[in-house]
Amino acid sequence: MSQYAIPSGWETVIGLEIHAQLATRSKIFSGASPAFGAEPNAQACAVDLGLPGVLPVLNEGAIRMAALFGLAIDAQVAPVSSFDRKNYFYPDLPKGYQTTQLARPIVIGGAVTITTGEGKQAQEHTVRVTRAHLEEDAGKSLHEDFHGMTGIDLNRAGTPLVEIVSEPDMRSPEQAVAYARKIHAIVQYLGICDGNMQEGSFRVDANVSVRPVGDEAFGTRTEVKNVNSFRFLQRAIEFEIERQVDLLESGGEVVQATRLYDPDRDETRLMRTKEEADDYRYFPDPDLLPVVLDQATIDIWRKELPELPDAKAERYQSSFGLSAYDAGVLTSSRATAEYFEAVIAHSGIDPKLAANWVMGEVAALLNRLELEIADCPVDPDKLAALLERVGDGTLSNKLGREVFEALAEEGGSVDAIIEARGLKQISDTGAIEAMVDEVIEANPGQVEAYRGGKDKLFGFFVGQVMKAAKGKANPKAVNDVLKRRLDGE
Amino acid sequence: MSLTNDQLQAVAHLARIAIEPDWTDALRSDLNAILEQADKLGDPRLNELEPMAHPLDQTQFLRADVVSEGDRRETLMAGAPAQENGLFLVPKVIE
Repeated sequence: MSQYAIPSGWETVIGLEIHAQLATRSKIFSGASPAFGAEPNAQACAVDLGLPGVLPVLNEGAIRMAALFGLAIDAQVAPVSSFDRKNYFYPDLPKGYQTTQLARPIVIGGAVTITTGEGKQAQEHTVRVTRAHLEEDAGKSLHEDFHGMTGIDLNRAGTPLVEIVSEPDMRSPEQAVAYARKIHAIVQYLGICDGNMQEGSFRVDANVSVRPVGDEAFGTRTEVKNVNSFRFLQRAIEFEIERQVDLLESGGEVVQATRLYDPDRDETRLMRTKEEADDYRYFPDPDLLPVVLDQATIDIWRKELPELPDAKAERYQSSFGLSAYDAGVLTSSRATAEYFEAVIAHSGIDPKLAANWVMGEVAALLNRLELEIADCPVDPDKLAALLERVGDGTLSNKLGREVFEALAEEGGSVDAIIEARGLKQISDTGAIEAMVDEVIEANPGQVEAYRGGKDKLFGFFVGQVMKAAKGKANPKAVNDVLKRRLDGE
Repeated sequence: MSLTNDQLQAVAHLARIAIEPDWTDALRSDLNAILEQADKLGDPRLNELEPMAHPLDQTQFLRADVVSEGDRRETLMAGAPAQENGLFLVPKVIE
């Protein structure tokens, strides 16, 4: 993450609203499927279309998933929650209102811990969650040319969302990104959201304001929408801070408004100002009764909670001796943690070695191929087989990387690649001794200089032996033998 | 409280209702009567009562999370005034 410095003399205050699409099998108020990618309107039933006389029937799965989120962040799961109508007219909302929870949300309070920076610079910070409520998503408007008309696809209408509203507890773009990532990890660990930001399953809106350092009162805020990656979230907030500080420093004023982030131009653009903001005329939805959850049900759900990122990171540190930073990286997504755990499930694999490889070679490979870890061409079993050969000295780290590249590009088995490419590391002491002796014999001048006190020449001898071994000699064995021979033992 | 003509027009706009000029007085008088009733909710004695989300003394039935509705696009779109490639077509909307 780039190092961004807030203009001096200013402080920023950030709160996030995150919409996570719940991974239910059916929609929140109807029995239609919310699966992504269907033919337009093939998954929009009479309820989703808002046809006259239809009634919503609430999905137990959506309630359970929202409650799991509340339990995961130590929030209160409301014993009684209820639904309201938010009225506005837009063709992707055929009922003329969105069913949401304004007055009595299902999740109240809670908090998550975030870490920014690494090593000695690492800082922990608590971000409070105000509330999380259930609501239905709207359909999609397609503005391509349909003879001057707009096309409407209502497949997404009625998809269950949980909107997670934070307190304005973040003071830097890095903290905002760390918080969004933490929520992203939690919903995926819980299995309640697939977290796909490109498909819109996880959407982040940022409320950003600035104030002179030391001021108690919040500055006027803007809401930045349309941010579909963590990198864009960072950039959009940075842009907004700069824009607001420039305005205020030149004697202007920040106008409360909703702004859209444009990643192509790396800027935010005005979408609508507060003066034009709609009056949504909320009122309790008469078609839906209050949702009552008894303690016994909540207790059953609490038992379903999996090991969450913070607990997992703690375990990685105490059981495997990993650093806090490494444990944090490995648990930052459920898929990464699953991959790591699948590697070390093989007996005899050193967790620290595995951690270094997952965060090093695997991460670099995925980055280069632009793949998610679940699609990694080197699966955990193959990486484990490779690490076994590194662990038993068959391969040096360097040769290990070569085998890893071959696995990624050609597939096949680790041992077959070692065999086919003749990559086996030479650990046999007799063979190494022979090479060392040859090098010593061929370089009498350097030997004399070394023995005369030029210690630095040791590296030269190591290099010569490695060259003779075509890089395949076990470096530790080479060092040992050289020391013995050169130091006259 | 008493509703002004401007407020009446604003509410009508939010509800997307066109008001004929000669309805204005009658509507204002009706709405003012309704608001007068609503004002009674401000009675301090009501503060002690639990707000009621629903007049029925019942709680919400929850449906099991299963897909029960298949693709009935053809039937459901039969009444649409305009459609193309499975999309409903509506007058151009600019965001």
